[in-house]
Amino acid sequence: MGRSRDLPIPALEKSMRTAVPEFPEARLQELADRYADAVAAKRRRVWLGSAVLIAAALAAGWMGDVDFRKFAENFWRFPAYFASIAPTFSFSSAWNDLSEWLWGLPRWTLLLGDTLLIAYMGTLSGAICGFVLCFLASANLVRSRTIVFVTRRLLEFCRTVPDIVFALIFVLAFGLGPLPGVLAIAIHTTGALGKQFAEVVENIDNKPIEGVAASGGSWIQIVRFGAVPQVLSNFVSYALLRFEINVRGAAVMGFVGAGGIGQDLIEAVRKFYYSDVSAILLLIIVTVMLFDFITERVRHRLLGLEGTGA
Amino acid sequence: MKSFSSDAQAAIVERYPSHFRPDWWSRAKITIGLGTAVALFLFGIAQLDIPFHRLSDGMARLGGFLRLMLPPDPGSWAEALKYLNALGETVSIAFLGTLGGALLALPVALLAARNVVANRIVHFFSRRSLDTIRGVDILIWALIWVGVVGLGPFAGILAVICSDFGTFGKLFSEAIEAADKNPAEGVRSAGGNHLHGVRFGLLPQVFPILLSQVLYYFESNTRSATIIGIVGAGGIGLQLAEQIRVLEWQKVSFLILLILIAVSAIDWISGKLRFAIIGRRAVA
Repeated sequence: MGRSRDLPIPALEKSMRTAVPEFPEARLQELADRYADAVAAKRRRVWLGSAVLIAAALAAGWMGDVDFRKFAENFWRFPAYFASIAPTFSFSSAWNDLSEWLWGLPRWTLLLGDTLLIAYMGTLSGAICGFVLCFLASANLVRSRTIVFVTRRLLEFCRTVPDIVFALIFVLAFGLGPLPGVLAIAIHTTGALGKQFAEVVENIDNKPIEGVAASGGSWIQIVRFGAVPQVLSNFVSYALLRFEINVRGAAVMGFVGAGGIGQDLIEAVRKFYYSDVSAILLLIIVTVMLFDFITERVRHRLLGLEGTGA
Repeated sequence: MKSFSSDAQAAIVERYPSHFRPDWWSRAKITIGLGTAVALFLFGIAQLDIPFHRLSDGMARLGGFLRLMLPPDPGSWAEALKYLNALGETVSIAFLGTLGGALLALPVALLAARNVVANRIVHFFSRRSLDTIRGVDILIWALIWVGVVGLGPFAGILAVICSDFGTFGKLFSEAIEAADKNPAEGVRSAGGNHLHGVRFGLLPQVFPILLSQVLYYFESNTRSATIIGIVGAGGIGLQLAEQIRVLEWQKVSFLILLILIAVSAIDWISGKLRFAIIGRRAVA
C-alpha cells in the first residue's frame, strides 16, 4: 500500500490491473448468474412481504371501519379543535388574558400533585411486590419449575390487563377517589416491573450465588447477599422508568373516576370548556416532560455509576 | 462462617480494619433515602385521604366480584361472536395504528437525527414537538379524534397513529444516531451526495432495528388499543367498559380472557418475526 502510493499514475494503473485477478469468461458468467439469483430472491422476498403487509392492512382497514371520505370531509375539525382550545391573547391585556386562561391554577396544581402522588404510591407498592415476586420467577434461583411457571403467569396477567381496566373494576369495589387509582397502578406495575426484574436476575453472574450457597446460606441469604447487590441499580433504573410511565397513566385515571387531574380534563372536554382543555393539557404535558427529564438524569447517573464498577 | 474461631476472626478484623468499619456516610445516605421514600408515601396517604376502612370492605367486595366472574361465560353464541368481532377491531386498530405511526415517524425521525440533518434548529424543534406529542396520553388522543371523525374504531386508529408517531419518532431518531457512520462516508467518498449516503449507507443498517421496534410496539399497542374503547373509540374496550358498568361479571372475565389470549398470540408472532429479521439480538 505504502509503495503503490509513490508510483507515478500510469504505473499505478498497470499494477492495479494486474492486482485484480481476471476470471475466465465461463466462471465470470456463473458468478454473475449467482449474484443475479441472489438479488432476485431478495427482491422476491421483499415483494412477497409487501404483498402480505398490504393485504393485512386492507383486511384491518375493512375491520376497523377506515373511511377516507369521512376522514377527508372531517379532517378540518382536527386543526379547528386545536384552534378553538387555543387561549385568546391580545397584546394590550396579555397579563389579564393569561390569568383568565389559567384561572384554575391553584386547583389544578393541587390535582396535579395528587396525580403525582398516585403515580408515586402505585409505583412504590408495585415495585415492592415486583421485587418480591421477581426472585420467584427466576429459573436460576428457584429449583421448582411449578413456582417459576405460576409466578410468571401471574405477572403476565397483571401486566396484560391495562391499568385503567383494573381501575374501572376497583372503582366499583372501593368507591370513587384516588384509592382505586393507586391500587390499579400498583398491580399493573407489579406485573411490568416483575417481568423486567426477573429478566435482570436471570442474567446475573452465578458465582456469588454459588458462593453463598456453598458456604451454607439459606435461600433468603442467597438472594440477599448473592443476587440483590448485583441487580439493585438496574432495578432502581427500571422503577424510575416505570414511574415516568405511571405519571402519564395517573393523569388519565380520573377518566374513570379514580382520582387526579383526569377528572377535570374529561369534564372540560365533555362540556366544551375549550380554554380549560388547553390549560390542563399544557399543565399535564409540562409536568410529564419535567419528570421525564428528572428521571432520565437520575437514571443516567445510576447506570453511569454501575458502569464504573461501583 | 461458624468454623472460624473467635480469635481468628478478631485477627482478620485487625488485619483489614477498613473492611469491617461501618461506613457511616453510605449508611446515612441509604437511611435518608429510604426515610424520604416512606415519608412521602405516608404523606400521600394523608394527602389523598385514603380511607383504610374502605380497603377491607373493598377487598371483600372484590372477592365477591371474583367469585361471580367464574366461570367465564359470554352468555350466548351471538354475544361471543360480537366479542370476537370487537377483538378483531382492536387488533386492526393496533395494526393500522402501528403501521401508520411508523410510516409517518420515519421522515420526522430523519429530520430529528443529528447525523442526517446537521441543522441545530430543525433538530431542536423536531425533538421538542415529538416530546409534546408523546406527553399526551393515548386516551386523550382518542377523545380528540372521537370529536373529529365520530365514535368507532377509525378514531381509535387515528389515536394510535398519533401517539405512536411521537414514540417512534424518538426511538427511530435514536437508532439512526447510533448507526455506524462509516458506510455513509464510504458512499460519499465514492461520489454519492448526502441523500445517497442516507439511502445506501444509513438506512440498510438501521432498517432491521426499526422493523423490530415496530413489531415490538405492535404487541404493546394491542394492549393500549383495548383501553381506548373506554372513551368510545371502538374495539373490545367498549364492550369491556360496558359489561363492567352493568356488572355482568362472567362476560367481563370472558372478555379479559380473550384479551389475554390475543395479546400473548401477537406477542408470540411478533417475537418470531423479530428473531427472523434481526436474529437473537437484544432490542434496545
